[in-house]
Amino acid sequence: MTLELREITVARGGRTILDGVSLTVADGEIVCLTGPSGSGKTTLLRVVCGLTEPDAGTVALDGADLRDVPVHRRGFGLVFQDHALFPHRDVAGNVGFGLRMQGVRGRELAASVADQLALVGLEGAERRDVTTLSGGEQQRVALARALAPRPRLLLLDEPLASLDRELRDRLAIDLRRILREVGIAAIHVTHDLAEATSVGDRVVALAELR
Amino acid sequence: MISPQAGEPVASHSRSILRPALRLVPGAFLGLFFAYPLATIAARGLSASAFDAELGRIALITAGQALASTVLTMAVGLPAAYVLARRRVPARRLIGAALTAPFVLPAVVVGAAYLALLPAQAAETWWAIIAAHATFNVAVVTRTVGALWGRLDPRLGEAARVLGASPARVARELTLPLLAPALAAAGSLVFLFSFTSFGVVQLLGGPTRVTVESEIYRATTQDLALDRASTIALAQLAGMAVVLALASWFARRRGVALRRGAPIERRPISLAAAIALLGPALVFCVLPLAMLAREAGGLGAYSSLTRTEAGFLEAPLASVVRSLEVAAVAGAIALVVGACAAYAVRGGVLETALMLPLGTSAVTVGFGFLIAFDERPIDWRSAWLAVPLAQAVVGIPFVVRSVLPVLRSIDPRLREAAAVLGASPGRVWREIDLPLSRRALAVGLGFAFAVSLGEFGAASFLARPDAPTVPVAIARLLGRPGELAHRQAFALATILAGLVLLVMLALELVRDPEVAEL
Repeated sequence: MTLELREITVARGGRTILDGVSLTVADGEIVCLTGPSGSGKTTLLRVVCGLTEPDAGTVALDGADLRDVPVHRRGFGLVFQDHALFPHRDVAGNVGFGLRMQGVRGRELAASVADQLALVGLEGAERRDVTTLSGGEQQRVALARALAPRPRLLLLDEPLASLDRELRDRLAIDLRRILREVGIAAIHVTHDLAEATSVGDRVVALAELR
Repeated sequence: MISPQAGEPVASHSRSILRPALRLVPGAFLGLFFAYPLATIAARGLSASAFDAELGRIALITAGQALASTVLTMAVGLPAAYVLARRRVPARRLIGAALTAPFVLPAVVVGAAYLALLPAQAAETWWAIIAAHATFNVAVVTRTVGALWGRLDPRLGEAARVLGASPARVARELTLPLLAPALAAAGSLVFLFSFTSFGVVQLLGGPTRVTVESEIYRATTQDLALDRASTIALAQLAGMAVVLALASWFARRRGVALRRGAPIERRPISLAAAIALLGPALVFCVLPLAMLAREAGGLGAYSSLTRTEAGFLEAPLASVVRSLEVAAVAGAIALVVGACAAYAVRGGVLETALMLPLGTSAVTVGFGFLIAFDERPIDWRSAWLAVPLAQAVVGIPFVVRSVLPVLRSIDPRLREAAAVLGASPGRVWREIDLPLSRRALAVGLGFAFAVSLGEFGAASFLARPDAPTVPVAIARLLGRPGELAHRQAFALATILAGLVLLVMLALELVRDPEVAEL
């Protein structure tokens, strides 16, 4: 799996958000993307997973242009900044959502959910209400939800930003361990350089990608 | 179906055919059953020059009684709004509910209640009509003005007092200007409701006291003067548009950005003062209904409802069963159309268009049906479906207003998260929008159902003579001589009031307190 971004440009309302950004992510590679807030990091992730259409440039996976592949068929995972957990579903309902979209049901679904929860250190949390989880737990559920359908690429949008310093340092190490264990390629966006160096194989500044 | 966060660009290919398809349902429905009848009225009303001095006189009288109703409603409602919003009184919620109850009740119930309350000579006067309008609309004042009053920062008044303002001066220079937007909103709503009031005027007005609404009905059913009725309906629509535009202009101009902090702490009040300020509103809201229930009790009126009198086609109770069926169908139609509209629109110009039926009187809708669908291929004048269809038009805005705020409050990233996890646009709707708005849908359905149960204006045009709904049956019984007929009407009105209050109570239990109320 190789992701290739070529000359991505996004402009909205007369403001250029991304200006000819190019980036290649190799199989199994964890790329940490840094930059100040408002520099377009989030927009770049949205372009990759198809939530935002670029004005110019291409997103290609193993050489195939993804232009006409809609969001729900791209098979990428995305962890949102504030997690965006589904409030009307419990932990298992959140983690199993992507699998259900693939048609996984019943015992197989429950087993996969349990595996994912074990992976992020939340064994037995299936029936818990997501609105009662702590910030760190929510982050773990969001990660498990994104990983459960076995995405080809994981996109993380400042997943640790809302947590306090100590928890963030600990979860950054956990995050790297989990990504390594799964062996998935990832683009991790953060404005925290320390977090970037502890999670990523490679740290790049968005400003240098032009 | 991906909604962008503020300023976020959206992918065009993530749009689907789902929304255009959803838009088609409300577009087609309202086009056929709302816009087309109104256009028919406009065409007839403009081509015939039926405007005469008599019409001008009726319009003036209608506006005059609406103005008097507004003044009385304000005089009765404002003290109550003040006490409920700013003072600590026992049983506050119960009092609030008692003041709100008449507003959710059908107009024919309030009209019948005044007939039960007052002797005949007193009941069939303009005064009774104006008082009934006050009973009906007190809740508009206590809720609209009270909501703002309860959040006015008390420190503003304290600051003015320290600067040397007397309490009266504070009221004049501070409280009044700050409340102005709510006063204007409440005042224009009460005026509008009183101007377009039909049920109350039909029951209490008799043949001599005619307003614009009842003249549309009279011209249609007695004179068969459809051109004249069209002209009146058209003039009425134009007048209402002007009032609504003025009200929103005033609210915008006087609108002050208020810091909406936590509700203030309520100060205590003496019992005597509480009774003096709350008393009138409570008398207006409770007494007529209590008398209605009392008067319904005599002469075995309830048990006689099941008897078919000689010369009649059915027992009065049959109308209750019919009304429940009609309301179920009207509610279902309003739910489907309103829900499609809410999901498809989520804001914009179309939302305003969807609210238009709310500003159109049911009489106009019913009259529009009558003249628009009067020949093949669609002649629904005598068809059973005409009543629920017209009532669905009236009910749709309630569904939209219940569902739309909830859909708006859904974090767009939830839909995005679902899409990234592999949910197609239709699946996103099923997994996110539908479950999160289920309660609001139930509330909207309940409102549409209750509105249909008590709806009188459209039904009086469209209900077949042999198949009256409850409000139509009540009006007919009251038009008949004899005390038993009147008591039967009171009994039916009490049953109708009970049904509507039951639905409202159920809605109160279902509805999400976090979401803005209708």
